[in-house]
Amino acid sequence: MQHLTKEHFEPISVDLRQAEEIKRPSLSFWADVWRRLKMNKVAMASLIFIVALIVCAVVIPMVSSNDYFTTDLAGKNKKPSAEHWFGTDDLGRDMFVRIWYGARISLEVGLAAAFIDLIIGVIWGGIAGFYGGKVDEIMMRIADILFAIPYLLVVILLMVVLSPGVGTIIIALTITGWIGMARIVRGQILQLKSQEFVLAARSLGADSGRLIFKHLIPNALGPIIVTLSLTVPTAIFAESFLSFIGLGVAAPVASWGTMSSEGLPAMKYYPWRLMFPAVFISVTILAFNLFGDGLRDAVDPRLRK
Amino acid sequence: MFVFIVFYFLKKDKKEKVRGVIALKKNVFALVSSIAVLGTALAGCGGGQQAAPAPANNTSSEQPAATPEAEKKPQVLKLNLHSEPPTADPGLSEDTTSAAIIRATFDGLTRIGADGKPHEAAAEKVEVSEDMLTYKFTIRDAKWSNGDPVTAHDFEFAWKRALDPKTGANYAYQLYYIKNGEKANKNEAKLDDVGVKALDDKTLEVKLENPTPFFLELTAFPTYFPVNKKVLESNEKWAGEAKTHVGNGPFKMESWEHKSKLVLVKNENYWDKDAVKLDRIEFSMVEDENTELSMFENGELDWAGAPMSALPTDAIPALKDQGKITTQPIAGTYWYKFNVEKPPFDNVKIRKAFAYSINRQALIDNILQTGQLPATGAVPPSMVLNANGYFKDNDLETAKKLLEEGMKEKGLTKLPPITLSYNTSEAHKKIAEAIQDQWKKNLGVEVKLENKEWKVYLEDMHEGNFQIGRMGWLGDFNDPINFLELYKDKYGGNNDTRWENPKFKELLNQSALEADPEKRKKILADAEQILMDEMPIMPIYFYTNSWVQKENVKGVVIGGLGDVDWKWAYVE
Amino acid sequence: MLIRYLGKRIFFMLISLFLIVTATFFIMKAVPGGPFTSEKNVPEEIKAALEAKYKLDLPLHEQYFEYLKGVITWDLGPSFTEKSSTVNEMISRGFPVSAHLGAQALLLAIFGGIILGVIAALKHNKWQDYSAMVIAVLGLSVPGFILASFYQYFFAIQWGLLPIAKWEGFEYTILPSLALSASPMAFIARLTRSNMIEVLGQDYIKTAKAKGLHTFTITVKHAIRNALLPVITYLGPLIANILTGAFVIERIFGVPGLGREFVLSITNRDYTVIMGTTVFYSIILVVMILIVDIAYTLIDPRIKLADAGRE
Repeated sequence: MQHLTKEHFEPISVDLRQAEEIKRPSLSFWADVWRRLKMNKVAMASLIFIVALIVCAVVIPMVSSNDYFTTDLAGKNKKPSAEHWFGTDDLGRDMFVRIWYGARISLEVGLAAAFIDLIIGVIWGGIAGFYGGKVDEIMMRIADILFAIPYLLVVILLMVVLSPGVGTIIIALTITGWIGMARIVRGQILQLKSQEFVLAARSLGADSGRLIFKHLIPNALGPIIVTLSLTVPTAIFAESFLSFIGLGVAAPVASWGTMSSEGLPAMKYYPWRLMFPAVFISVTILAFNLFGDGLRDAVDPRLRK
Repeated sequence: MFVFIVFYFLKKDKKEKVRGVIALKKNVFALVSSIAVLGTALAGCGGGQQAAPAPANNTSSEQPAATPEAEKKPQVLKLNLHSEPPTADPGLSEDTTSAAIIRATFDGLTRIGADGKPHEAAAEKVEVSEDMLTYKFTIRDAKWSNGDPVTAHDFEFAWKRALDPKTGANYAYQLYYIKNGEKANKNEAKLDDVGVKALDDKTLEVKLENPTPFFLELTAFPTYFPVNKKVLESNEKWAGEAKTHVGNGPFKMESWEHKSKLVLVKNENYWDKDAVKLDRIEFSMVEDENTELSMFENGELDWAGAPMSALPTDAIPALKDQGKITTQPIAGTYWYKFNVEKPPFDNVKIRKAFAYSINRQALIDNILQTGQLPATGAVPPSMVLNANGYFKDNDLETAKKLLEEGMKEKGLTKLPPITLSYNTSEAHKKIAEAIQDQWKKNLGVEVKLENKEWKVYLEDMHEGNFQIGRMGWLGDFNDPINFLELYKDKYGGNNDTRWENPKFKELLNQSALEADPEKRKKILADAEQILMDEMPIMPIYFYTNSWVQKENVKGVVIGGLGDVDWKWAYVE
Repeated sequence: MLIRYLGKRIFFMLISLFLIVTATFFIMKAVPGGPFTSEKNVPEEIKAALEAKYKLDLPLHEQYFEYLKGVITWDLGPSFTEKSSTVNEMISRGFPVSAHLGAQALLLAIFGGIILGVIAALKHNKWQDYSAMVIAVLGLSVPGFILASFYQYFFAIQWGLLPIAKWEGFEYTILPSLALSASPMAFIARLTRSNMIEVLGQDYIKTAKAKGLHTFTITVKHAIRNALLPVITYLGPLIANILTGAFVIERIFGVPGLGREFVLSITNRDYTVIMGTTVFYSIILVVMILIVDIAYTLIDPRIKLADAGRE
């Protein structure tokens, strides 16, 4: 039997600072989200698709031999072919290039509207839900009033005041677009704020701002992302409606929304005029949704392993 | 899912083409022959016609005798109204839907027959004084749909009511031909002074302001229809429901489910009921034109498209291939207006360059597709002054030369930014896009497009807030003056262009005094020449009506202004 | 407590309604064009007579007070375009139809949406989840008007299973209800899924599982109830919107509902109808939102009613 001597032992130093050392690599919140997002194949595929779409929307109209405005009345309503991949529209314009031009507007409008709705909605709903009482009452009633005034009237008035263009469209979309988001956030905050972790954070001395934006909002991210995924398609289609009123980009530029509403009556006769814009919208929205789901899972602290 | 649908549609498309080849039969329509009959004829008089039966005042003996077999089966016509008729009260009517229902449920002193001419209807005899200023109508023994006798008092009451400013009838100006009519409507004279008087139950005396050769066409217009005084006085809202609606026409209202369904049935009290072969007309109210066409193709409707609604543009090539479409010109012009006070269109040569450099025929063949005529003048063919037009369509050479000269005159090396405005609609947009591209190709000019919501657009046009703007005009009556008058005064209600020309004005004033129709025509043609030399408006095309109908539907009379009468309609 | 809360809320509701009416009235008047603006300008005198008839010649503030009086006595005035109808008649004719259509669509949306969402959540990241979500996303990204035309084309025109259009019996209501329910159903499905996933990860569900409760019981008794709160939030405005009609769907299927009045009255500048439909819609909206706020507390007892935020 071996005798244990003192030499076999080595005293460790008692260093309090070391006790606090973090052995795992230090990751910021978003770096951690990114690490977990990368593991989700569906979400990554969606992200790649979205990036590719944006690149195509920028590049294809620049390099294509066709343009979006030259009409060819003799070659109207042609089926998809080698020359016109997506066929031609009722003025003989190449649908392929028009789709990619449309992508620029629809993506721009959809994403910008979603982003602005998100910011306003989260702040408004967050504050109303957190403070409750009179603040809540007044803020939510303001939202109700805005929601109830006929939107079409407001938009026609906007048209008179502002000049048409993408910027105006985004303003028109966000006037009432954030209300849904604000309602959902408020509802979530109301539910969450009486839970124990909020009490814990509060007793640790967290102030209201920190409580709302560090503790409550991250826990409400699921519904927020879902609402956001509704905002994008709504914005894309609302844009075509606003273009109809005269707020939108001037013809002959056409967004996806405009193209699909114009293609609708042609559904029976020239189906490609509806199908291409409609399929692009659907697939894009699907990609945004799947990416949103992945992102939700990635930010959910409970699913962290 | 989408792949499946795409495939399905492609297949469907092929099938339809085959069918189109087999059914190469073309519908024939009789060209308007009667339009030129009267120099000045009011709404409802010019008429294109469709398998037309005998005129109104003849007895049924002249009608093709119905076979006993056909008599057994109830005669039902299924139509679509497109929208709820805003009113069924003749005095308040101002739109085609209301007018069609009113024409079916009322009878004026006269009625426009299939020949496009007025015939006695509620009046059995008309006497005209030598100075053409006094008309004496003898009212026929006839009954309202509720059994009351139709009297001269009903006419007097109805006309005075429409002229009463308190009634607020938009179309009261149709009665301005009657002595003191205009003054009474503008509160400058008493209603009692208006030149219409029932001498007794059977005699109506009408005094006119001026000799009006087309007065008997006027009396076939809804504003001139009688109203049952007793009914109106007992219930102000009589015209709003089928139960209380009382007319004196070939049909009466059986039911009116607002916004949904309206049923007319044969009026057994009608004086000429033997001429009416239809037992029922069932109207649905479907606004969507694609739905309407689908319902027609499914056999739920006997008619789709004009004059109550329209055919979807994208369906037209297929319908044409199948030879199903019927087209008829109507008195209307589609034009672009220049604002002659805004550069560069303050220069006549530049205006002309823009007008000459578009290819109207190509627009018609490829976009409009229903036999419209390229417009190289302001006045539509049914009342044409110069059948050859005033300039050449698609005259690129002249256009380029004019543009160069015009720019030199203005000292321009480059045109200022130009915007073409239109009110939002698929059809206007397509035409604007095509013309924008033509200007770019033909003149090398970049034009911006701008669309606006309808009423905002109208305000902007009326206020001169545009450079080039789309407008159209559908004739109120079949006379060139109706189109030329628009541009008489710089700030006239419907001018918009800010253009004015003393010579033009002078000619129009002359025409009003000229009694000789040929001379008058010459004067008006000179005026149109000035209008086209100055080109404040750029005519594009003359309107047509097009529709599809079941082949066994006969006898529907459609006038040259798009007014429809079902009195003589029947189903074979 | 509840009564005091209700009293306070009803007071706020009336103020909201007043502000909505006021804002709409003045925005409406600020918008260019009026009921008598038309392609063919009528003579000035006739226009003036018409304006006098409808009291549009009065100063703006008098028109406004006239209108407020009308709202309070629920006499919304005559329509400018449909001369044979008053606004009250138009609402009482159109609303039952729209409400019928809306109620059917709503039931479809809520039940369909919750079932899809629950299935997706229970099978998180499995094929059932993905298929449910693809259906939901299609419902979101193919808007009602395209879907309506598809349904009409296939079910009615191609296969002849259902009527193309009009409103004359139950079979006429099926296609429009389906088309109208698509988007809310998709949204409810996604919301339910997202919340269910969160709730299923909570400790009390694990506790329930550990106790050996059946999955079905856990889902129904514990999970769904807690996952529904955001759905309820969304329901208030949805119910108001869907019951008062959907313009495009009504147009395509020829449904004589109220939806078209909202749009057409504005394009026609039919002032009384604009105001009437807005007032009517606003009342339904504020009442629905109140009901939703009360429903919160019933579903989640942790949320306090009146003084939710007081510490």
